[in-house]
Amino acid sequence: MENEQRWELRLYVAGQTPKSILALKNITRYCQENLEGRYSIEVIDLLKTPQLAEGDQIVAIPTLIRKVPIPIRKIIGDLSDEEKVLVGLNIRPLPSKNKP
Amino acid sequence: MQQTASIAKVSTGIEGLDEVTSGGFPRGRPVLICGSAGCGKTLFGIQFLVKGIVESDEPGVFVSFEETSIDLTNNVASLGFDLDKLTSEGKLRIDHVQIERSEIEETGEYDLEGLFIRLNYAIDAIGAKRVVLDTIESLFSGMQNEGLLRAEIRRLFGWLKEKGVTTVITGERGNNTLTRQGLEEYVSDCVILLDFRVVDQIATRRLRIVKYRGSTHGTNEYPFLIDENGISVIPITSLKLDYGASSDVISTGLPPLDALFKKGGFYKGGSTLISGTAGTAKTILAGYFALGSCLRNERVLLFSFEEAPDQTIRNLLTIGIDLRPYIDSKLLLIHASRPTLYGLEMHLLVVNKLLVEFKPKAVIVDPISSLVSVGSPLEVKAMLVRLIDTLKIHKINALFTCLMSRIGSTADDGTIEAVSSLADNWLFLQNELVDSKRQRSMLIVKSRGMEHYNDSVNFTISPAGISFAASSTPATSNSANGK
Repeated sequence: MENEQRWELRLYVAGQTPKSILALKNITRYCQENLEGRYSIEVIDLLKTPQLAEGDQIVAIPTLIRKVPIPIRKIIGDLSDEEKVLVGLNIRPLPSKNKP
Repeated sequence: MQQTASIAKVSTGIEGLDEVTSGGFPRGRPVLICGSAGCGKTLFGIQFLVKGIVESDEPGVFVSFEETSIDLTNNVASLGFDLDKLTSEGKLRIDHVQIERSEIEETGEYDLEGLFIRLNYAIDAIGAKRVVLDTIESLFSGMQNEGLLRAEIRRLFGWLKEKGVTTVITGERGNNTLTRQGLEEYVSDCVILLDFRVVDQIATRRLRIVKYRGSTHGTNEYPFLIDENGISVIPITSLKLDYGASSDVISTGLPPLDALFKKGGFYKGGSTLISGTAGTAKTILAGYFALGSCLRNERVLLFSFEEAPDQTIRNLLTIGIDLRPYIDSKLLLIHASRPTLYGLEMHLLVVNKLLVEFKPKAVIVDPISSLVSVGSPLEVKAMLVRLIDTLKIHKINALFTCLMSRIGSTADDGTIEAVSSLADNWLFLQNELVDSKRQRSMLIVKSRGMEHYNDSVNFTISPAGISFAASSTPATSNSANGK
């Protein structure tokens, strides 16, 4: 993976719910630890901009979307499982080879 | 209406279903439509919305979990539903909710607030009164946390109820349950089951109201039809023997035949059976009957199960019965189809539909016996009873021809048995060989409430039509020969 690669993430929340706050806290920490200086996180509160839910096919809250690099990846939940999040976002390759 | 308006109802937008549900769906509550794949659930939902917009001025939101809005629009365009137009008018919103399990990871707790927000936004944007969720069970294939999904779906239904929108939720039929995910547990107000059954290679769609809290409803299985106008259900089981009987008389279409009846024809609104073996001029008599009706300027609907319309017209023309002008002036409608094209119920539905659309004064079925090939004798009989009753209620002059396989053998003719007891008039036609010559004859077996000629009457067929042998007809038209 190139070191120059930037990561653009978008986190969809619906108000300041505990799950949303936890998700933001988690993803911020993972990014700081793994993508220092190479990431941006945009938080979208659907209570304020509900019209944005359709475009990114948001059903579950919270939903984290990796816009860049493509392809788009989605992770739903409070992101409490660090390993799963990093693998899901492809920040860290799978520890062992492709798990089912 | 029968009840003291305990719950408010909205029209279902589906022809006939409002009657079956005594007024429609419960206003502001969820309704579950379940059935196996291909039974018409999505169309049901679309029609509910489109008719809601067009007929009741209630905007609607369609949440599609399976098809894209383009696919949906194209699929229903053939039914005359212009979704694009309704969408651009701000009456309809289609939201395609796509969940790809392959591109979604799950970690930790979540809820479906995103779906709620989307739905809320869509409803408020157009002031929707109706919502369709098709098929919400798709969520289960997209997400893993089943317990959470169930809780959220339950919350969603409750929320929709609070929101006051009438919601149709579709669900795929499960093995032993109405829906795969047991949605019926969450929707307690109204549950409708659609069924698509193939018996003896003939497919029939049926609908049944499994549950309707707080309302009376029909409990039978009702056949329904999907045609170029969408879905229609026609309740045909609520018939009673309470139709009025007319004393007016109509011509049989053949003056010499009229003369055999004391009052000069059949009673109006009666049913007539013409039976006979092959080639005994049943269709010709039916042709006269049709002509007679056209001459009275009354619409005739002819169901032809053996011949194409052109063939019927051509053949009748050879003996001087010209029906062509009446086809052109739309007094006569010939509906030709193979009896095996669809099931008995469906035939009945088609008849019912045409009765509503064409409003005929006379209906001819030629021949009714060919329906036997579609069902068991019992089913055929039940269907014929319904058919005849339906025609009676509409005060329609009915005429059925019935092909008998052998002279004198009625044992194997279930239809004869079924119809003869229901028909008001029964003419029996015969071909006999007398001195190597064909002798055609006709016998009035019965004519309810009407004195009639009792002997067999000989007749011939020429290019001029049917003429009765002078020797065998009554001298004056009114003297019925009472033996």
